[in-house]
Amino acid sequence: MSAETVENAIAKKPAEAFLSKRRKKLVSDPLVDENPITIQVLGICSALAVTTQMKPTLVMSISVIFVIVMSNLVISLMRNTIPSRVRIIVQLAVVATLVTLVSEVLKAFAYDMYKELSVFVGLIITNCIVMGRLEAFALGNKPYDSVLDGFGSALGYSWIILTVAFFRELWGSGAVFGIPIFEYVSGIFGPDFKLATNGLMVSPVGAFIILGLIIWVQRTKTGYVEH
Amino acid sequence: MQQSNTYIITFSVILTVVLGLLLSGTSQLLGPLQKEAIALDNKKQILGAVIPGEQIAAMTPKEVNEFYSSRIASVVVDISGKEVTEQGGTAVTAETVDIAKNYKKPAEDRLYPVYIFHSEGNPDDVANYVLPLYGAGLWDAIWGYVSLDTDMNTVGGITLAHAGETPGLGARITEPGVQARYEGKTIFDESGDLVAIEMQKGEGKDYSGDPHEVDGLSGATITAKGVNNMLRNYLGYYKAYIENKKSSTAVAAL
Repeated sequence: MSAETVENAIAKKPAEAFLSKRRKKLVSDPLVDENPITIQVLGICSALAVTTQMKPTLVMSISVIFVIVMSNLVISLMRNTIPSRVRIIVQLAVVATLVTLVSEVLKAFAYDMYKELSVFVGLIITNCIVMGRLEAFALGNKPYDSVLDGFGSALGYSWIILTVAFFRELWGSGAVFGIPIFEYVSGIFGPDFKLATNGLMVSPVGAFIILGLIIWVQRTKTGYVEH
Repeated sequence: MQQSNTYIITFSVILTVVLGLLLSGTSQLLGPLQKEAIALDNKKQILGAVIPGEQIAAMTPKEVNEFYSSRIASVVVDISGKEVTEQGGTAVTAETVDIAKNYKKPAEDRLYPVYIFHSEGNPDDVANYVLPLYGAGLWDAIWGYVSLDTDMNTVGGITLAHAGETPGLGARITEPGVQARYEGKTIFDESGDLVAIEMQKGEGKDYSGDPHEVDGLSGATITAKGVNNMLRNYLGYYKAYIENKKSSTAVAAL
């Protein structure tokens, strides 16, 4: 579906609206119809690893949004000068630099978060969504469109991992953003009532199950079939 | 077009230089802030061995620093338990001793900091002695702090940290639930020999009856072994100091 939109985009029109229909589609398509996680099944590694709690997941989402948007912008600005024979290395260098920046900033201003996310911030480099968008879009499109496209993909990634994290933290630790919901709810029903948490949700297996359920619900609604 | 080797090489060189400058610039700029963050984290770990983690989590960085300076005193000792105040003409304080660097020296030449948790305003009213730990996990270094009650035998608490253990397996040593397993255990057996505390293989058994064993980590046997070695080694290095303190408190009790 997005392949068609991209092709249509090549036909140049003078002075396109700042947020034309086509550009809105660049952002909205990856949210559901072309979602990087549930449809393209990219970026699963971090989706499983960082989603035990909402807070680190949110930081991860923001980091990924920053890296994808910025790398799309930079690569798109350089797209006419990058020698095609070394383009993958150039993309990698740019992405790695941005990821290192994010990691350094986290280390300086949010050391606890830096420790908790540990290796997964560095692993944004290998997140297929980043390189995928660079290869598929930023190399052949103008900077502004590329930024929108990157933002859309990153948002598509973010809302899925945040949803997974919401259910995993709620069912696994009985809390949301560290606020003990289960304790509160149990309190309403008296001292003998206790909502049990599920240890499975804390382990990566829990993420697989939640992710599977999300994909199921989504495909039932959109009628998407893999071919 | 643009595909000559010269072009590619020039392009790569320029890109490398620009990105390199950008990265080293950021590192220079953020370096001091990162150092501060690491020092603060270290203080939190030391405090973590003596007060509950939730209490530390609720504190602002400034409060942590204030609490630390009003409640923690420190000395540096050598392997024979003697206090060291200067080495090679420079003054030695516990905060300047780098445990990781000392770890590379032979055990006899190392400096061993001791952090003393005391009541506010009275350094003589000691509540706990906090000893640093350092060792090897499965992939990388692991370290921590263990606090001993004034009987120099009962563990008041422990904090453990790691550089690169597997998330969900070995990395679980940082979990409060795992660290709580050490509380109230003792490091000397009935005949007065140092036996430390062993994390067992397997998980889910009840070791509350055994003063020297704690429940293990399923799937992280090697990390657990690393923790065991680290605890045994470092308690061994501090043995002279511990024995000193033990006999002096015994005298005081008489």
